[in-house]
Amino acid sequence: MDYFIELFFSGLTRGAIYALIALGYTMVYGIIGLINFAHGEIYMIGAFTAFIIATVLSILGFPAIAIFVLAGFAAVIWSASYGYTIEKIAYKPLRHAPRLSPLISAIGMSIFLQNYVLLAQTSDFLPFPGLIKDFQFMEPIAHIVGSTDLVILVTTTVVMILLTCLIKYTRIGKAMRATSQDRMMARLVGINVNRIISVTFVIGSALAAIGGLLIASHIGQINFYIGFIAGIKAFTAAVLGGIGSIPGAVLGSVVLGLTESFATGYVSSDYEDVFAFSLLVLILIFKPSGLLGKADTQKV
Amino acid sequence: MITFEEIKRSLLISLWFVFLTFPIMVIRVNSIEKIVEWRWMNILYVAVGSFVLSMVFRYFMKRKEMQAGAKDDDQDTLGQSFVHKILSIPKYRNMLYGGILIIATVYPFVFSTYQINIMTTALMYVVLGLGLNIVVGLAGLLDLGYVAFYAVGAYTYALLNHHFGLGFWIVLPIGGLLAAFFGILLGIPVLRLRGDYLAIVTLGFGEIIRLILENWGEFSQGPSGISNISRPSLFGLDLPLEQAIIYLYFLMILLVIFTIFFVNRLQDSRLGRAWIALREDEIACQAMGIDKMKTKLVAFSLGAFWAGIIGVVFAAKTTFINPASFTFLESAIILSIVVLGGMGSIIGVIIGALVLILMPEYLRALSEYRMLAFGAILVCMMVFRPEGIISSVRRTYTYKPQKNSNRS
Amino acid sequence: MRVMLNGKFVAAVAGLMMAVAVPVSAFAAGDTIKIGVAGPHSGDLASYGLPSVNAAKLVADQINAKGGINGKKIELLIEDDVCKPEVATNTATKLVSDGAQVVLGGICSGATKAALPIYMDAGLLVMSPSATNPPLTQSGEYKNFFRTIAPDDAQAQLDVDFAIGKLGYNKIAVVHDKGDYGKGFAEFAKKFLEDSGKAEVVLFEGVTPGAVDYSAIVQKIKQSGAQAVIFGGYHPEASKIISMMKKKRLEVDFISDDGVKDITFIKVAGDSAEGAYASGPKDTSNNPLSIAAVELHKKTFGSDPGAFFENAYSAMLAMTNAIEKAGSTDLAALKKVLQSEKVETPLGAISFDQKGDAIGVGFSVYQVKNGAFVEL
Repeated sequence: MDYFIELFFSGLTRGAIYALIALGYTMVYGIIGLINFAHGEIYMIGAFTAFIIATVLSILGFPAIAIFVLAGFAAVIWSASYGYTIEKIAYKPLRHAPRLSPLISAIGMSIFLQNYVLLAQTSDFLPFPGLIKDFQFMEPIAHIVGSTDLVILVTTTVVMILLTCLIKYTRIGKAMRATSQDRMMARLVGINVNRIISVTFVIGSALAAIGGLLIASHIGQINFYIGFIAGIKAFTAAVLGGIGSIPGAVLGSVVLGLTESFATGYVSSDYEDVFAFSLLVLILIFKPSGLLGKADTQKV
Repeated sequence: MITFEEIKRSLLISLWFVFLTFPIMVIRVNSIEKIVEWRWMNILYVAVGSFVLSMVFRYFMKRKEMQAGAKDDDQDTLGQSFVHKILSIPKYRNMLYGGILIIATVYPFVFSTYQINIMTTALMYVVLGLGLNIVVGLAGLLDLGYVAFYAVGAYTYALLNHHFGLGFWIVLPIGGLLAAFFGILLGIPVLRLRGDYLAIVTLGFGEIIRLILENWGEFSQGPSGISNISRPSLFGLDLPLEQAIIYLYFLMILLVIFTIFFVNRLQDSRLGRAWIALREDEIACQAMGIDKMKTKLVAFSLGAFWAGIIGVVFAAKTTFINPASFTFLESAIILSIVVLGGMGSIIGVIIGALVLILMPEYLRALSEYRMLAFGAILVCMMVFRPEGIISSVRRTYTYKPQKNSNRS
Repeated sequence: MRVMLNGKFVAAVAGLMMAVAVPVSAFAAGDTIKIGVAGPHSGDLASYGLPSVNAAKLVADQINAKGGINGKKIELLIEDDVCKPEVATNTATKLVSDGAQVVLGGICSGATKAALPIYMDAGLLVMSPSATNPPLTQSGEYKNFFRTIAPDDAQAQLDVDFAIGKLGYNKIAVVHDKGDYGKGFAEFAKKFLEDSGKAEVVLFEGVTPGAVDYSAIVQKIKQSGAQAVIFGGYHPEASKIISMMKKKRLEVDFISDDGVKDITFIKVAGDSAEGAYASGPKDTSNNPLSIAAVELHKKTFGSDPGAFFENAYSAMLAMTNAIEKAGSTDLAALKKVLQSEKVETPLGAISFDQKGDAIGVGFSVYQVKNGAFVEL
């Protein structure tokens, strides 16, 4: 039983990690229907910015908590700026292009950003400082849920709730929903569609930055390539949950994380990804628009 | 030409980029030895670079817009009209074909082994691109796991050659058929899915195939791969390396001609038209009595067939394969070929393949900036030619009553 | 569209234009000695390839500053193979076409295997700083191949003997990173453990490189009751796993290979790395050549050298020495020198055996103590 609980929490943490990246994916997809392959790279840039700022601050002798907050802040600011800029350069000119063109542009952007960080920084793995110190009260169950795990779980939950509220109840959230339903109509009722899309990219990228900060402190190292693999998994999770749906992204991520964890625990980690992708295929066969996605009816 | 306003905007943009790239370009830290390196000079490079680029970018954007305006009047952009015009006149067309044939024949005797080798690789991608074009360009099914079928073909040859010593020519059709079979296998459950859901499932399928090859060591020899695969023989003769490369080159030329012929005929067939109809509107298509499922499955398996064939050639060319060659990035590159070249257009896909595969080789001059440039070029090409280099020409019958007809 | 052959036209024209732009280099051995450097210089494995490029540059600069080899300057031809077999064959033909006379490289075993037949056909000497796959030398197929690193099986044997003999464990988990290097090593470790009859392999699994979290596999190691973990793979995964072991309060010994015996491992894993074992080339940190090489790297590139730097540095020294002694770049002559004469390198005085493996590159087991590897 202990083993089951251990695996359960491993899976939950993993799911929460995926969720932080998947939320950004799903928001962007929801609004412009684009699989933003560069999103993983924004997460990587967030992690790098946090690393750089944290190191500079720690050399200057700031206290740990201040470093954590400031590094997180910087990561959010810069990742959001990157998200905004990428949208302006690589996607906005393609708004009326054939459906697949922005996808290729996104892949190009992803390759570009990886190599940009590789050249400007380093190809080596860098040690990410453990910004989250172990909490005393967690010690008795630290072998099951660590302090970093706890922070990640709490953050993901809070972010999901906030985001849902934002989209449901605020003015800008309404505008986002309108834009995603019908861009032309939204424009006609006076919504500045370009601005809403920019805002979506900024929010999604900011989430990726928070993800970058937390995940990097969790695994303790960063490298220019971390975004790519995490990005693909997060995308899978977003689709599993029903792409475009905020709770769906979180649910999909958790299901994916648990599947991988139990597959590793009870079968073999050799095949954890095989299980993850097989689950995806199975779920989509029976529920073609994901767990919480709305089945879109086609009108003729 | 350049107004003050534009300069001001470019200045603002360059300021923005200085801010944007500040942490990554300027600061480099060593967290162990607590050293911070400030590379202030980089600010200058970024500022000047982004200023110039933004001016150039704006210039091209303007030109693109002007072209788009012109397009409405002329129904055609410059580049493609030229290509298509030449091809529409039989005399020029035959001259062109002759010229190409001569150049293609002479090519390996003029250039070095390296040039022949990369040209062979490019030709392989031409066929891969044409294969994927059936699935994505014609039938409109987004496939992000195309590389899986390529892997099936490659491993078919590698394993059959390794265990049973079967030759290239015997395995070539087997590899293709097996890949087509896998295409159907994947197709049956997932073709119900639409658009991007299909994309992610095919991506997952591609990954599953690669992971199985990686982990099932008893079957595939795992990540250490299979080496010493025989090169294709010429009537039972084993050729020395240099001649084998030339031989493979001609083989690929023949295969490319065959594929172009085949795909071209296919496009105009009943099936090809059904695909295009399916791509445009599924429901209308069904209403016209087209069996959706069957049509899609045929597209999937035919696309997979070409991937399988090229997989066999690939294994024979490198003589060594391991699962590392069949990653998602490979699928993404093949997809880029199709989209970049122009979806559904045969010449477009061919040019796309040659550009995308030969470019990284020739960008080697840029050494470490190679992939950076590759990514940037991919973005720029899409931004400036979203329909691809040569977009496919639809058979259109236009009725032009007068010049100033209403535009929507 | 009624076009059938025009694709080839474009192919040929594009080819022609590009070929004109990049002139085909002359084959003739001019007044320079051309050394090819092949390896992953971009993509996810770049961090294993770039240090070798730096090593090659440093050695070449030093020799050129002294007037070159027998009066000929060294010219480096640096080519990226992304560690992919299919790119590696292109890289190899490019290096051969460009007139490389010897090659430093093949970082990954897979890419090296794919490229070797092409080099062999051209009669080029190839020396790898890092391709550890045993058949590369032991199969006897690649007569032109040398390496300055010990093959996987030798290391696996050492680690297994250490775990069973010195540490006295009998339940061992073997984990690898699914790569050709890591899995190869792990399979040898498993085989030797089973052959010894003294220890049981309680777990044999691969982890997915680059995954965001390794807690599940750590819990599984705990569940298996292993007394020690033997890990086959590189340092990024090793440091993730060992940190996760500490986080999950799992206290078992961690034994690994020379892909982990890298200072980056200690830097990245920090305190968690304390007490971990890793096999690696015999301690050379007191070797003046090694100190000088590392210092020079710091001075020139402003950073610590990365993975396989010393192996690559040694390979460059061995090759340049052989060229100087042999007076040519003829494969047979070079082989003779390499196999008969010792050369001083950061790894110690090395020569090569008939198969191409380095003699004198001893292996020993290290333990991390106070943030440094200490030879046991």
